[in-house]
Amino acid sequence: MTTKRSPEPFAWLLFSSGGMAAAMLIPVLLLLFGIVFPLGWLSAPSHDRLAAVLTHPVTLLVLFGLCVLALFHWAHRFRYTLYDGLQLRKAAPVIAVLCYGGAAVGSVIAAFVLIRAL
Amino acid sequence: MTTADRRYHHPVSFTWWARKPSYLLFVLRELSSVFVAWFVVYLLLLVAAVSSGNESYQGFLEWSSHPLMIALNVIAFAFVLLHAVTWFGLAPKAIVLRLGSWRVPPNLILAAHYGAWLVISVAVAWVILR
Repeated sequence: MTTKRSPEPFAWLLFSSGGMAAAMLIPVLLLLFGIVFPLGWLSAPSHDRLAAVLTHPVTLLVLFGLCVLALFHWAHRFRYTLYDGLQLRKAAPVIAVLCYGGAAVGSVIAAFVLIRAL
Repeated sequence: MTTADRRYHHPVSFTWWARKPSYLLFVLRELSSVFVAWFVVYLLLLVAAVSSGNESYQGFLEWSSHPLMIALNVIAFAFVLLHAVTWFGLAPKAIVLRLGSWRVPPNLILAAHYGAWLVISVAVAWVILR
């Protein structure tokens, strides 16, 4: 007898780890690089300084984890937003493929961008 | 092979989320994920610019200080804060932690999340700004 396993718990695990990583790390990063530096409240770090931080393997690993988890968090939540918010239950399989597929493609792009920084 | 779903479905209007403030907050919380994804794009553009050299980094800084970009990022920041606050708010309901027979009180779990948030934010800011 074969049992059909649902991938839902795995998707939910990625969703919840991504939600936690996003909540812990994104506000401070977005505040600094999206608002504080652009408005000149503090001067942005020099290129040398930022390049030194970015090329550190620990930074790259943390950023890669954040990108992958945050993307799968988006995929899972946005999938249900489309189902429920826009009443698109009939298109459920297509939406799931587009959301998780988008997150997978985004993760590969993130890997390329971060490895190039090394 | 799939068969048509013949169970009864109560019709839901397209604008159900506008009926109550709690529904609206739910939809805004769900929409925060779009801004989480936007941040990943923004971060990767920053990393790509830094690794291409000082000139492209300066170009990124100039682009990021365009009024439209600042406006977008202020909105994104508000949504990301909504995500963080609602996420930590759910944590004590999702996590039941027992040490022996003692159940860690929900308020302590909530406080631990905010504490961790503060420590991580300060540490990240320190690494970037020092």
